[in-house]
Amino acid sequence: MNQAQDTTLLDWRTAVRLGLLGGVVTLYFGAIGMVLTFSVRNLLGTFVNVGQILAVGGALTAGYLTGRAFIKSGQRKSVIPMGLLAGFVAGLPPLILVIMGTLFPINPMFVNINDELVQLITFGLGPAAGSIALVVLSAILGLAGASFELMNERWRKALINGLLWILLLGLFSENAATILEKFIGRSAVRWMFQNKSLNPIAAVVLFLITFAFSYMGTGEKGRRKWETMPPAAQSQWRRYFLILGIIFMLALPWMVGQFLSQVLFIVGLYVMMGMGLNIVVGYAGLLDLGYVAFFAFGAYTMGVLTSPQGPGGGVLNFWLALPVSILVGVMFGVLLGFPVLNMRGDYLAIVTLGFGEIIRVLAYSNWLAPIIGGAQGVLGIPSPSIFGFELNKPEYMYYLVLVGSAIAAFIASRLRDSRLGRQWMAMREDEDVAEAMGINLVQTKLLAFAIGAGFSATSGAIFASRLHNIFPNSFGILVSINVLSLIIVGGLGSLPGVVVGAAILVGLPELLREFAEYRLLMYGILLIVMMLVKPEGFWPEAARKRELRGEEEAWDETESVPAAAD
Amino acid sequence: MEPILIAKDVTKRFGGLVAVNNLSLEILEGQIYSVIGPNGAGKTTFFNCITGFYTPEEGKIIFDGHEIQGLSTDHITRLGISRTYQNIRLFSNMTALENIMVGEHPHLKTFWAEAIFRTPRFLKEEAEALKEAQRLLEFVGLKGLGDSLARNLPYGAQRRLEVARALASKPKLLLLDEPTAGMNPKETEEMIEFIEMLRDELGITILLIEHDMKVVMTISDKITVLDFGTKIAEGQPEDIQRNPRVVEAYLGRGAASGLDNTAAVATAS
Repeated sequence: MNQAQDTTLLDWRTAVRLGLLGGVVTLYFGAIGMVLTFSVRNLLGTFVNVGQILAVGGALTAGYLTGRAFIKSGQRKSVIPMGLLAGFVAGLPPLILVIMGTLFPINPMFVNINDELVQLITFGLGPAAGSIALVVLSAILGLAGASFELMNERWRKALINGLLWILLLGLFSENAATILEKFIGRSAVRWMFQNKSLNPIAAVVLFLITFAFSYMGTGEKGRRKWETMPPAAQSQWRRYFLILGIIFMLALPWMVGQFLSQVLFIVGLYVMMGMGLNIVVGYAGLLDLGYVAFFAFGAYTMGVLTSPQGPGGGVLNFWLALPVSILVGVMFGVLLGFPVLNMRGDYLAIVTLGFGEIIRVLAYSNWLAPIIGGAQGVLGIPSPSIFGFELNKPEYMYYLVLVGSAIAAFIASRLRDSRLGRQWMAMREDEDVAEAMGINLVQTKLLAFAIGAGFSATSGAIFASRLHNIFPNSFGILVSINVLSLIIVGGLGSLPGVVVGAAILVGLPELLREFAEYRLLMYGILLIVMMLVKPEGFWPEAARKRELRGEEEAWDETESVPAAAD
Repeated sequence: MEPILIAKDVTKRFGGLVAVNNLSLEILEGQIYSVIGPNGAGKTTFFNCITGFYTPEEGKIIFDGHEIQGLSTDHITRLGISRTYQNIRLFSNMTALENIMVGEHPHLKTFWAEAIFRTPRFLKEEAEALKEAQRLLEFVGLKGLGDSLARNLPYGAQRRLEVARALASKPKLLLLDEPTAGMNPKETEEMIEFIEMLRDELGITILLIEHDMKVVMTISDKITVLDFGTKIAEGQPEDIQRNPRVVEAYLGRGAASGLDNTAAVATAS
């Protein structure tokens, strides 16, 4: 069927199929309660909320995909009517929600399909008129989505930029308000963000500004200027940007306030873990699903050694306990590495998965309870302090985790560009050949496990001293899955990818708390979409290689015909 | 000249199958030595015994005065044997230069943690390694392709890169497993010149598995013919071409009597 599509012309069936797909996805989102949950978050004033966007987003996407498909097959004329058709079809499945909600309002199987949902997706117009409105709106959005592809590049980019900014500011209006308050004053912010959402007038202004900037192509011009710059000037500028970046990172907690600092802190913890797992999985190719174990080792070591209520009686302070925690993590990294030395791929994954669970169960167990508290956990872990100054606020702890992540990134990048990094990658590519090249696999594998575990343990130790109380259920399999997902989403083997991945997979859910309930669903969707559309991740490693190539050997390539070497 | 590799009665079995049977041979320093035989004759198995991928059940392999049968592959590489593979096995998601630098591994000495602090010793060693890798890249005729990913290189270039990687460990004995497989006549011609250059300029002894009789007969100093794991002939190219048992192994019983031997062997490839 797909092959036929490439050669023959498309007809209405494509539009209907894509429309149905969009509609069924919307139906699903509605039935599981996502639309309703998200409707709490207003986007524009009080009349546009995220739930509604979700309810008609399927039609927009279906229209867009239809438009793209028809343009690809060269049928420009059919784009508009087919987009309309796709949108119309996409508007039909959600009507099931309306019918079910109105006719069988109490359905124990579908608790989420209720009056409230019907109200929401019929825009408060009542079932009959609202249904028509929904379908008409869907059709219009389908048309809009399809015509997107008809626009010229410049318009389209500008439009996307404008809409994206509105979406972002509307979605994170609370956070944006706290940040902007420090720059444009309280009253301006009050006006801009009424009712916990973006003021429509402000939205229009914002749209116009971003649209204009984008249309004039300021970003594009800057990039071109950058590319034509001589390398010396580039590195000069790079230094300035680095300094600016550092200043920005240092000032960040004071700009964003306490809540966002806490979010940044958690993201930082995951960045640190991601850096470690990136070495194990991304560089060395050892699929480790029990990575949380080392996080737990770090946290528990810190807890037991510094908590006055623990068996250690708080003998050590944070700074003395930190190296011990790291050491314990590294030690167990090596210890757990030994039994899996001869395992590859799936087997390794299953065994490490088991290790992770064993550690969690041990933490729960009565056997170790006298030391680590069993289900009660370790309580009263003090905050770290520097010269008597207690780091008891998220803003302060942010710096600790910032320094930790920076060191982790530094070590990871230095090792990547060294002999050890090449050993890891060679092992990832072909273990047998790597060994035949004289690489000692035992040492190389254990080093990967140990360094990865060290990063994770550091992260765990900082985690423990921020939360003050740790419990075994903080160290479940989900942490391992999170870390693995974030390095895959960011781009396996890429350091900036770790940061991007952590921001997306850890930071965003913290900001969108309605999202939390559907976190795993979102992960699943994101991972599947990533694998299909962008399997190399958001910030893949290849960029680095292109960069390297551009700098050094560009002039050699003209004469580089692989011919006889004589 | 001294023998650099001596195999004495090497036998390798897989269950009931005897893949290499009582094989003995001597390779002199500076020779280009070929092992030929029909498919499944045990050539690659013999290679794997030399390089440590397999441990032979019986017999001895002596390289440069060391008994190497049963040693691990990395150990054998450090002693001075390196190889290429029948089906190219490059580190495909690494750049060409990185591939060669992995090959240099046995000669790099700095402690891994030095990389974190970029000690002068580490920087010097890395710079030298990179220079050496670039030199080797140029030597095999791939100048300027250093930053391409290995998997993006054309087929012939991948073969050359594999040789460069093998050379990076500074071997005394280089094992080439069908270096011209899948090449067109022009590429094959270039590969022949290239192999001769390896021996003449670098003084490396070369042990070759090859199906292309033109290649074998052109460059070999000595040839061993295997059939079902057993050596059936050994000698100079001219002797091998006239040997009826060899023709028989390639073309089947009876063929040897009726055909012009030289032509028969030449077409057997």
